Amino acid sequence: MTRRPVFLITVLCFGFAFFYIPILSMMVYSFNDSRLATVWGGFSTRWYASLFSNRQVGAALLLSVQIALISATMATILGAMAGIALARFRKFRGRTIFSGMVTAPLIMPEVITGISLLMFFIMLAQITGWPGQRGFTTITLAHITFSMVFVTTVVHARMSQMDRSIEEAAMDLGSRPWQVLKDVTLPVISPALVSGWLLAFTISLDDVVITSFTTGPGATTLPLLIWSKVKLGVTPDINALATLIVVTVGLCVALAGWLMSRAERRRLAEERLAYRAGG
Amino acid sequence: MSGEAEPFIRIENVAKSFGSFQAVKDVNLTVARGEIFSLLGGSGCGKTTLLRMLAGFEDPTAGRIFIDGQDMSGIPPWERPVHMMFQSYAIFPHMSVEKNIAYGLKHERISAADRAARVAEMLDLVQLTPFAKRKPHQISGGQRQRVALARALARQPKLLLLDEPLAALDKKLREHTQFELMSIQARTGVTFIVVTHDQEEAMTLSDRIAVMDRGEVRQVGTPTEIYEYPASRFVAGFIGAISTFPARVIRLTGDLAEVDIPAMDGTFAARATPGLTEGQEITVALRPEKVAIAKTCPDAVNVVEGQVKDLAYFGKDSLYRVTLPGGDLIAVHAVNARRGPDTARPADWDDKVWLSFEPASAIILTD
Repeated sequence: MTRRPVFLITVLCFGFAFFYIPILSMMVYSFNDSRLATVWGGFSTRWYASLFSNRQVGAALLLSVQIALISATMATILGAMAGIALARFRKFRGRTIFSGMVTAPLIMPEVITGISLLMFFIMLAQITGWPGQRGFTTITLAHITFSMVFVTTVVHARMSQMDRSIEEAAMDLGSRPWQVLKDVTLPVISPALVSGWLLAFTISLDDVVITSFTTGPGATTLPLLIWSKVKLGVTPDINALATLIVVTVGLCVALAGWLMSRAERRRLAEERLAYRAGG
Repeated sequence: MSGEAEPFIRIENVAKSFGSFQAVKDVNLTVARGEIFSLLGGSGCGKTTLLRMLAGFEDPTAGRIFIDGQDMSGIPPWERPVHMMFQSYAIFPHMSVEKNIAYGLKHERISAADRAARVAEMLDLVQLTPFAKRKPHQISGGQRQRVALARALARQPKLLLLDEPLAALDKKLREHTQFELMSIQARTGVTFIVVTHDQEEAMTLSDRIAVMDRGEVRQVGTPTEIYEYPASRFVAGFIGAISTFPARVIRLTGDLAEVDIPAMDGTFAARATPGLTEGQEITVALRPEKVAIAKTCPDAVNVVEGQVKDLAYFGKDSLYRVTLPGGDLIAVHAVNARRGPDTARPADWDDKVWLSFEPASAIILTD
């Protein structure tokens, strides 16, 4: 007989409850017919209809996605370069400081990062006249700055696991260093590049604090829009929007998980087959 | 082409330091074209560093390396006529077997048809044609080793470097692969330099062996020379089993030396080595299979009495550890040539036995 760990199960249930009941209640209230977010007035999908006809929401979503696409791509390029440098150049002057400074934004309070970026942009505008107005460009630059570190961390971890001799083998077979990078290193670390990009993308997509410091007139991302609307009181259309976001994210995570486990299962099966075949 | 006198590979006063650590100290070696040459030694003896200097992954701190008469100083790995088979095999995990083998060929100016023909030839050479489209994780360890070999041979290198080629294979596969390597070398005529810590592997594979220790080459020779005529106690002890005893030269007569071995409580005849002087302190070494064991006193030049302390019965042969008069132990190896419950072994535990050996079998070591 195995005794059921009652205490552990209780703790687990409470944990799940704390996490999911608020989300569930939000989803339920998005179907509330009442204009008051906290009073149930019967089932309705009218907030979804009003959401889809709302130009403001559409524009904010488009802006957010554009910023996230550009900043995630740039952060992946720069972050991968830093990650490769950290993993490959074992000893160079100031390596410790470099790696410390690369990861500092991970622990830096977002408010500080936001203020410092704002100050930087203002100073830059005073000296060079660019950026004349804060908005799309400044938000994108800010997002690249703080999401790059996540890519660096992921790429560095992958590079440290990689067998150095496969790069040497490519060099040995006649490839110059840049060809080795293109033919071997990048393909091998591509899973890290993809997950780094996804991380940077989601971080950019839901950032409020740093965006609010670096934005200017007219550039309202989706999280900023939600934030400004909620300040005037939670309305059911925000519930509907949030519900859509939760469902989309949930589906994406489930899909990624399914794809990864399928690939892993297939790989294991093939490996077993290969060993049974022997030789 | 260079003259007959110029060896294919010449390693000239090569040294390599990492910080204050001297990995390779003043090594001089020559390797002939088409030879299988082994660098043999324990871990940290500098053999892999030497190999990596030949491949161009490390630059010598001092000295020069010539391959086919060409000075390799400052020539990067991708321009050397040398390919390497890595210990981990270093197969590109994202490419099929075929693509792995074809990788080096993309730097050669040959037509697509020629390239495909070369890949097919290599696949055939290592018997992997049915697996051409497989990914590296879909084939076994032994097959991966053959992919690595085919990939390194595809560009027809002048020299192939093999870093512990058999270490990752299990025992049965290792023996098979060893002969396969030798037959592939014979068919392609490529010069092989093999790094190994396994003395048996070095003995069976190589034409010549360089035994290395702490960054230095201790002896270079054919497997027979290294085994039968070791130049030092280190080499004698590293290759095969051996028992060593301190001794002193009593008298020199012709090519025989009369030596006093306190452990055996007597004087014995041994073949003299050049430069030996009377009264010199030496070491006498005996291989276990060169010592005969019997229960009756044999008619031989060198005979010593002992008692069996230990024996290991392997079926086809037995290994004895015999206590000598001085209390030391000597290893004796005997083939169990006859069958039967009583006669299977020449001697048993605690038996009084007679040991004998030829004067030529006793190795005199001065170093």
